[in-house]
Amino acid sequence: MDLVGLIPLLPILGFAAIGLGGRWLPKKAVSILGPGVVGASFLMTLAVFFQLFSLPPSERRVVTSLFSWVVAGNFSVDISFLVDPLSMVMALVVTGVGFLIHVYSVGYMGEDPGYRRYFAYLNLFTFSMLCLVLSSNFLLMYLGWEGVGLCSYLLIGFWYEKKSAADAGKKAFIVNRVGDFGFALGVMLIFTTFGTLDFGGVFSQAPALSTEGGQRIATAITLLLFLGAVGKSAQIPLYTWLPDAMEGPTPVSALIHAATMVTAGVYMVARCHALYLLAPFSMAVVAVIGALTAIMAASIGLVQNDIKRVLAYSTISQLGYMFLACGVGAFTAGIFHLVTHAFFKALLFLGAGSVIHALSGEQDLRKMGGLRKYMPATYTTFLIATLAISGVPLLSGFFSKDQILSAAFFSPQGGNFLWLLGIVTASMTAFYMFRLFFLTFTGGCRASEEVQHHIHESPHSMTVPLMILGFLAVVGGYIGMPHALGGVNAIAGYLAPVFADLPHLPEPSLGMEYLLMATSVVVAFLGISLAYFFYVRSPQAAERLRQNFLYTLLLNKYYVDEIYQALIVSPIVAGSRWVWERFDLGIIDGAVNGSARLVEKLALRGRQLQTGYVRQYAMAVVMGVVIILAYLVWG
Amino acid sequence: MDAQILSWVVFLPLVGIPVILLLPKQRPDLVKWAALGTAAADFLVSLYLPANFDSANPGMQFTVTLPWIESFGIYYRLGLDGISLFLVLLTTFLSMLSIYSTFSAITEKVKGFYISFLLLQTGMLGVFVALDVFLFYVFWEGMLIPMYFLIGVWGGPRKIYATIKFVLFTMFGSLLMLVAILALYFLNRSATGGYSFNLFDFYQLALPLSIQVWLFLAFALAFAIKVPMFPFHTWLPDAHVEAPTAGSVILAGVLLKMGTYGFLRFLFPLFPNATFQFIPLLAALSIIGIIYGALMAMVQKDVKSLVAFSSVSHLGFVTLGLVAMNLQGWQGGMLQMLNHGVSTGALFLLVGMIYERRHTRLIDDFGGLTKGMPIFAVFFMIITLSSIGLPGTNGFVGEFLILLGTFRTNPVWAAFATTGVILSAVYMLWMFQRVMFGEVKNPANAGLPDLNFREKAVLVPLVVFVFWIGIYPNSFLKNMEGSLADLLNQVNRRETVLRSLPSQSWSEFLSAGRGTRSQAAVPVKPSP
Repeated sequence: MDLVGLIPLLPILGFAAIGLGGRWLPKKAVSILGPGVVGASFLMTLAVFFQLFSLPPSERRVVTSLFSWVVAGNFSVDISFLVDPLSMVMALVVTGVGFLIHVYSVGYMGEDPGYRRYFAYLNLFTFSMLCLVLSSNFLLMYLGWEGVGLCSYLLIGFWYEKKSAADAGKKAFIVNRVGDFGFALGVMLIFTTFGTLDFGGVFSQAPALSTEGGQRIATAITLLLFLGAVGKSAQIPLYTWLPDAMEGPTPVSALIHAATMVTAGVYMVARCHALYLLAPFSMAVVAVIGALTAIMAASIGLVQNDIKRVLAYSTISQLGYMFLACGVGAFTAGIFHLVTHAFFKALLFLGAGSVIHALSGEQDLRKMGGLRKYMPATYTTFLIATLAISGVPLLSGFFSKDQILSAAFFSPQGGNFLWLLGIVTASMTAFYMFRLFFLTFTGGCRASEEVQHHIHESPHSMTVPLMILGFLAVVGGYIGMPHALGGVNAIAGYLAPVFADLPHLPEPSLGMEYLLMATSVVVAFLGISLAYFFYVRSPQAAERLRQNFLYTLLLNKYYVDEIYQALIVSPIVAGSRWVWERFDLGIIDGAVNGSARLVEKLALRGRQLQTGYVRQYAMAVVMGVVIILAYLVWG
Repeated sequence: MDAQILSWVVFLPLVGIPVILLLPKQRPDLVKWAALGTAAADFLVSLYLPANFDSANPGMQFTVTLPWIESFGIYYRLGLDGISLFLVLLTTFLSMLSIYSTFSAITEKVKGFYISFLLLQTGMLGVFVALDVFLFYVFWEGMLIPMYFLIGVWGGPRKIYATIKFVLFTMFGSLLMLVAILALYFLNRSATGGYSFNLFDFYQLALPLSIQVWLFLAFALAFAIKVPMFPFHTWLPDAHVEAPTAGSVILAGVLLKMGTYGFLRFLFPLFPNATFQFIPLLAALSIIGIIYGALMAMVQKDVKSLVAFSSVSHLGFVTLGLVAMNLQGWQGGMLQMLNHGVSTGALFLLVGMIYERRHTRLIDDFGGLTKGMPIFAVFFMIITLSSIGLPGTNGFVGEFLILLGTFRTNPVWAAFATTGVILSAVYMLWMFQRVMFGEVKNPANAGLPDLNFREKAVLVPLVVFVFWIGIYPNSFLKNMEGSLADLLNQVNRRETVLRSLPSQSWSEFLSAGRGTRSQAAVPVKPSP
């Protein structure tokens, strides 16, 4: 377990070497160092994982403290790492998928003048993300939390000369800060409640909050933390930054905005399940926000024309599923979906990147089409990922999504309504994904002649990661195969020590479970068939849809960005400007300058007394004497 | 050396003055090196302090006591504890870097500039180590004179307006404080029969609340103007915009801390009951300062006045941490004083560097600088992140401890103050984007030279502190904890004891004479 410190250390060393080495470091070295440190980190994680696995299940929780970080009075926090099944799942995803994306980037970013800067940022991101998931206390988690936000900011705005990219980076950071506002207050409340920020100390004391007053505190803590999760994982109402984040290089979208960072909120909620379980209200909020976000984002995804934006809304929607799972108490299902989603969504983004690369930077679905014959590897892997996310049986997405929907239906905290939202979302997902797939790979090519001329399959550094992810997107689901299908649900058993305190859900009847499963399959195929109808069979029908009011509403993303701009951003900026000019310069400074002017005026008046005429002075003296005498005599 | 080490630290800068005077006028380079050498020597000597500082001893260390004007009870009395230790180091450190940063900026009246600067340095150091209130006041006021010249002679177009405003504002508060100091002197005389300006004698005065309130207000006003707290902040943007870069660095980095230092050293321990009465007001002004400063920073057109308003916001955090009246708040507040010195000092240096290249500070005049000045961009980004309190940098530790301490006292205050964390990201990143990102639209911004060796040498030490404090703040927190904990105990204990005192008017107190002190004698730590 002592190796755990090395897991985040290697990427930060990579960052330092590439960052400080700068131009002295040859590009070749960067291509090896950048992915290399993450690969080494992945091997370390595997080593630690097997060490952990060799322990009996009840002892699979090891804390390694490096040094004490902040000590002030009775407040004390260490830089310390927690190795348990949950943190290991996350670390494996971060370093494993992260490594593949680093390798992919060698090909994708090869021609970019900011190559070194790119890998430095990517390593820094990996470090921060590992701090986030490996931390054994809330403060180090917060460091990772804000650290990934910083890297997200830097990488979204990677092409900083483009205003839209710089804007998007800034927006991501600021919206995330709104979430972090809640996270920070939650952490403070945790400290004042429990007197510590260590996970161990906090969660072991959590049962003490089961009193009525304690529940109120638990509700406050969990809602504040959830605000942080809402920001980081792009849920209603703070999701607007994620679609804009697509301004960044595509591998970044795959790594940060699909597979790892945006799932941090789900991880955090799962990590704090001991607190959430004490706050039924917060659980309900998590579930409802998750379900609503899932359906809302999916509906926007139905009509977007930018390939990456469709995937971005899809990510928001899938994250909503994960929160829905957590909210109904199915934390294992949420983490399971987090893992499978990391595989197939990273694959989708990387595949999209491969397409964009081939089409000389084109991202508009309306200018794609027929790429199947040019890019067989990309086509095949993309199809696998599309099938997986659509919930087609026997692929990874089917198993994890089904677990969530089943939990939403059966769990005491769930209900028909949440399940319904989930199932409608599922059919929408199948629709928008196959719409994207058909528009990209089938039919005739709608790109310009010149672009068509350059279409090519991507280099091996890009296609090999696609294939590996494709393999994972197929088999990843078997770690969580449900009992109903004769599986063993290995991931549930593996995570059991972490979620040992969860109340046992009533075992649903097999018949009902099969029925739900069948419904999922039917709606998935329904979505796929509709997409086939509109985008392969009769495209003119799809054209007619465009006239619809609803279509315009969705295309404009319910005008949420415009509403935020009009209701929040503009009034604050304009109001501040007004206050500065009228109040700060006008009233406060006016009073300051005014009092100076008053003194000046009084002095000018007073000066007139000094006439220099001795007669007047003598007169004044005589008058004074008379007044004093008068006072003494009569006063 | 131990006995007089503080005298050496405080007065060593003055040694450079005759040297500068003797150097030939035609050789400004020699003058600059002489000034830098003096400041560097002072910094090195001041390193003796942390090396020999005993963090287990909460009291005054390296004390010096010499009679000065004995018949009035005025002594030359210096001492250093965990509260002043880092402020002294910050002063010597920033002075050295500021002087080095001016090598290309100051071309006129070179001798005068560096003489003023060294005088200023002695004044600032004196403020932080003086334990005789009269001596303190001499340093406090004396420091105004060189600062007046630094802004008024080497400043920008509206320098006269700015410098007079600065001096009058500060004097206004200081004079009321002088009256209060004299009142303390006579109150002490009536209580003990002796003449003394010893701060520790004043600490032992058992003043009834009615008297404390007035004295508190006088001191508080002087310090609040210096900090500056809302609504006494309007001198700051003007002073900063007009001051030369090094002046801004020192003004923000050190001078503002005198106000917050005054809270801890004078205001709270001298008038504990009045302090607790006024905490809601001070907290409210701090929170308003945090939010108001941030919002005003957001809409500034001049980078320097943006940084000036951001100081109002950051110092709001500091004062909020102090009025939280618990150890986390105080340690966070102390740490944030250092952080603000490092980060805002560096920000002013950075702004100065692009000003020297472009002769403008208007945000709209810039854009796309990253392209041509990548090294500058890296430094600017690091300092920006430190300023917005990103974890891993110094700003986070200070802000977090302050908010944590505040939360323990009053969660609602903390909730309002935490919005400052959002707003700081808004104004800093927006400014950064407009200055550094985008395409180079204005041809004047193309082909600017990146940082030279001297400029990097000035910034690197600051960046080292950004990460040192961010990653291992215990080197700092540990040394200040003892003194702060001790002071906190003292304030709380005296507050409880004095609360039971009967209400007395001034005349009653003065005529009650010697008995008063023995009746309500409160054990405090012995004076040095």
